[in-house]
Amino acid sequence: MADHAATHAVSHGVTHAVHDPNIGNTGLDHRKMGMWAFLGSDCMFFGSLIGTYLAYKGKSISGPTPHDVFDIPLTSYSAALLLASSLTMVLALAALRDNRVKVATGWLLATAAMGLHFVLNQVYEFWTFVHHHDLTLGTSLFGSTFFVLTGFHGAHVTGGVIWLLLLVSLAWRGQLDRRDYTKVEVAGLYWHFVDIVWIAIFTIIYLIP
Amino acid sequence: MATHAAFMPGAKVEAPTFWGAVASWLTTVDHKRIGILYGSSAFIFFLIGGIEALIMRLQLARPDNNLVGAQTFNELFTMHGTTMVFLAIMPMSAAFFNYMIPLMIGARDVAFPRLNALSYWIFLSGGLFLHVSFLARAVPDGGWFGYANLTSAQFSPSHSIDFWMLGLQILGISSMLAGFNFLVTIINMRAPGMTLMRMPVFIWMSFVTQFLIVLAFPAITVALILLMFDRFFGTLFYSPAAGGDPLLWQHLFWIFGHPEVYILILPAMGIVSEVLPTFARKPLFGAPVVIYSGITIGFFGFGVWSHHMFSVGMGPVADAAFSITTMLIAVPTGVKILNWLCTLWGGSIRFEVPLYFSLGFIAMFTMGGLSGVMHASPPVDLQQTDTYFVVAHFHYVLFGGSIFGLFSGAYYWWPKITGKLLDERLGKVHFWLMMLGFNVTFFPQHYLGLIGMPRRIYTYAGDLGWNFWNLVSTIGAFTIAVSLLFFIYNVIKTTRSGRVASPDPWDGRTLEWSIPSPPPVYNFARVPHVQDRDDLWLQKYGDGHGGAPRPKAAPVTAAEIAAIHMPPSSFWPILLGLAMAMLISGLLISMYQVIVGGLLTLFFMYKFAMEYHRPADGPGH
Repeated sequence: MADHAATHAVSHGVTHAVHDPNIGNTGLDHRKMGMWAFLGSDCMFFGSLIGTYLAYKGKSISGPTPHDVFDIPLTSYSAALLLASSLTMVLALAALRDNRVKVATGWLLATAAMGLHFVLNQVYEFWTFVHHHDLTLGTSLFGSTFFVLTGFHGAHVTGGVIWLLLLVSLAWRGQLDRRDYTKVEVAGLYWHFVDIVWIAIFTIIYLIP
Repeated sequence: MATHAAFMPGAKVEAPTFWGAVASWLTTVDHKRIGILYGSSAFIFFLIGGIEALIMRLQLARPDNNLVGAQTFNELFTMHGTTMVFLAIMPMSAAFFNYMIPLMIGARDVAFPRLNALSYWIFLSGGLFLHVSFLARAVPDGGWFGYANLTSAQFSPSHSIDFWMLGLQILGISSMLAGFNFLVTIINMRAPGMTLMRMPVFIWMSFVTQFLIVLAFPAITVALILLMFDRFFGTLFYSPAAGGDPLLWQHLFWIFGHPEVYILILPAMGIVSEVLPTFARKPLFGAPVVIYSGITIGFFGFGVWSHHMFSVGMGPVADAAFSITTMLIAVPTGVKILNWLCTLWGGSIRFEVPLYFSLGFIAMFTMGGLSGVMHASPPVDLQQTDTYFVVAHFHYVLFGGSIFGLFSGAYYWWPKITGKLLDERLGKVHFWLMMLGFNVTFFPQHYLGLIGMPRRIYTYAGDLGWNFWNLVSTIGAFTIAVSLLFFIYNVIKTTRSGRVASPDPWDGRTLEWSIPSPPPVYNFARVPHVQDRDDLWLQKYGDGHGGAPRPKAAPVTAAEIAAIHMPPSSFWPILLGLAMAMLISGLLISMYQVIVGGLLTLFFMYKFAMEYHRPADGPGH
């Protein structure tokens, strides 16, 4: 036991310089696991919002119906943008793993740009709903449930865009390289999740009649 | 950042000045200090909630009383319930999570120390925000579950519901952040050798609780967001005039609310599962079954919410389904009670105060469970709902259960946390007075409910036959208050002149008793290698099957301690917490405050995230 303790002490001293405090005793990264926990929680968040939308589907007593207002081609384009941005996110990570920082930065920028385009499309969509179809938060149950659900998704995308741009700005200042792989990976987990939620929202709200 | 060195949490060289000491607490990221902050804040909120209860009991002591009016009474029961659930029991449990989880799994801190501090500051902001409503003369008055559409702008035009809704939202953020943190801590920071089934049962129950927190709170977050949009931005979620259904609130609230019940009780069950083996000097009977039962309770906890809603008329199918799941969930709970009793059976029991409270827990919680399982039957529930019978039931599980369990934990771990033993005799007086007062208060309420006294009435006529037992109940409430005075006196007395606690005053079984009382800032000079659920017991006495005690390890050297790296203090958690409070409270004050608070929140989040960005050598988070 004594010599075991001694080896432990030595190994502790030796490993200290290289030991990453973010890696737990399971060998997994705290930050990644924390992000997974958050995403599990966020599933319940969007689940509650989507459940509310479904519970009120067809219950509006006034105002336009979903299929009076939806512009499926535009929203399909938005969905394609967001799906494509998951690909560029993966390419950014792959480039960072090889320490090709400039390439990774480019892919991160592309991801952020597509995310931003998605958000702008949504702003335009909301604008047309309000000004051409007289659909606002207070028009009907459809207006309330639609704007709050898609609005919170849009807010998630906006948060993701800000996060990606911060990573880009770090790269521009020379503070992002292969050693920050996990930080970018965690941002990627969040990004893919927001993308997947959109697939659910697009299908359930826009496509199913 | 040179100042950081002076604020090292619990550093041996204490900050010399008063303000230095204050700053060291405000910027601490040490899980032990954060635990103490949680515990002391929660105790103060517990006293506030208790005073609210005493005023209600005074009002109900005799018929046609006019101590407080109907409006004040509504405010009192709303704030009492909200305070006890979110500001007393949950943060008291959080105090033990914070202090004990790292110690019992052999870790030096939680996975995200700064996030931990942030959780506390957000919690404190939320608690203070709720209580600012007293100063603003807009005290929440819609009940702790704030049923729609009583909370709509039409029926509650003042800011009272705004305080409640935003306060709960703030507290929910705090709980969820802490939940992510403890989940990662428990999965990822267990000492070598501590497999999942070797985790102490308190850790297991905390683990299940964190799952419940991160999965159940989003439902109330959404319910409160919808309410906020209804009140501030003219949406129609809870508006029957527009086709909306007030039951939406009830479903979302209770999808959160029933798991919340287990969030309140599971930590106490974990504490009892540690205290009983220690004082019976015998391993927990069927510990794996206790663990599986805890998991089953957590799982079924998501499938019983509508038993809170039998009286709204959901139809026979829904009523039957939720009735069955509710009866089922009584099974794992009953299993646990059997296991606790079998732990005592044949043990060499030492009757000390922590054990008294654990025994009190078992007895009182069983009674609460028995009255609770009656409500699982819809016809019975329809008779009992909204009467004092229900009030009696949930006080038996939340006071007789959670609070007795938490006091058991407080007496049990007090020497570890403070280094001083609480006085046994005063502790026993506290226990017996509380036990007596508790039963005198709440047992008659079963009867009052059965003879028809409804909940939430501020007064009653004198000819209904309720007078005598209401007076008895009030006398009981003041007995509880007196018992708490003994606890407070005990704390003050022993802090000044109490016996100094050894590292292992109870002859404990788990890792926290293997280190000094109070523990050094780094907890474990040497990270332990765990071989059993009752690892310390095996170290001391062997496995009881011929295995010898383990030999003492070599003394820890100064070099080993010097090699331990603890995260330094940080200003960003408290600043970020304040900015978030500024953002949310701005919704009631002015849009400018919202904007400034929002920008500050983003800025402090950025500083928080960048504080340790890829350091050359050192902790990163």
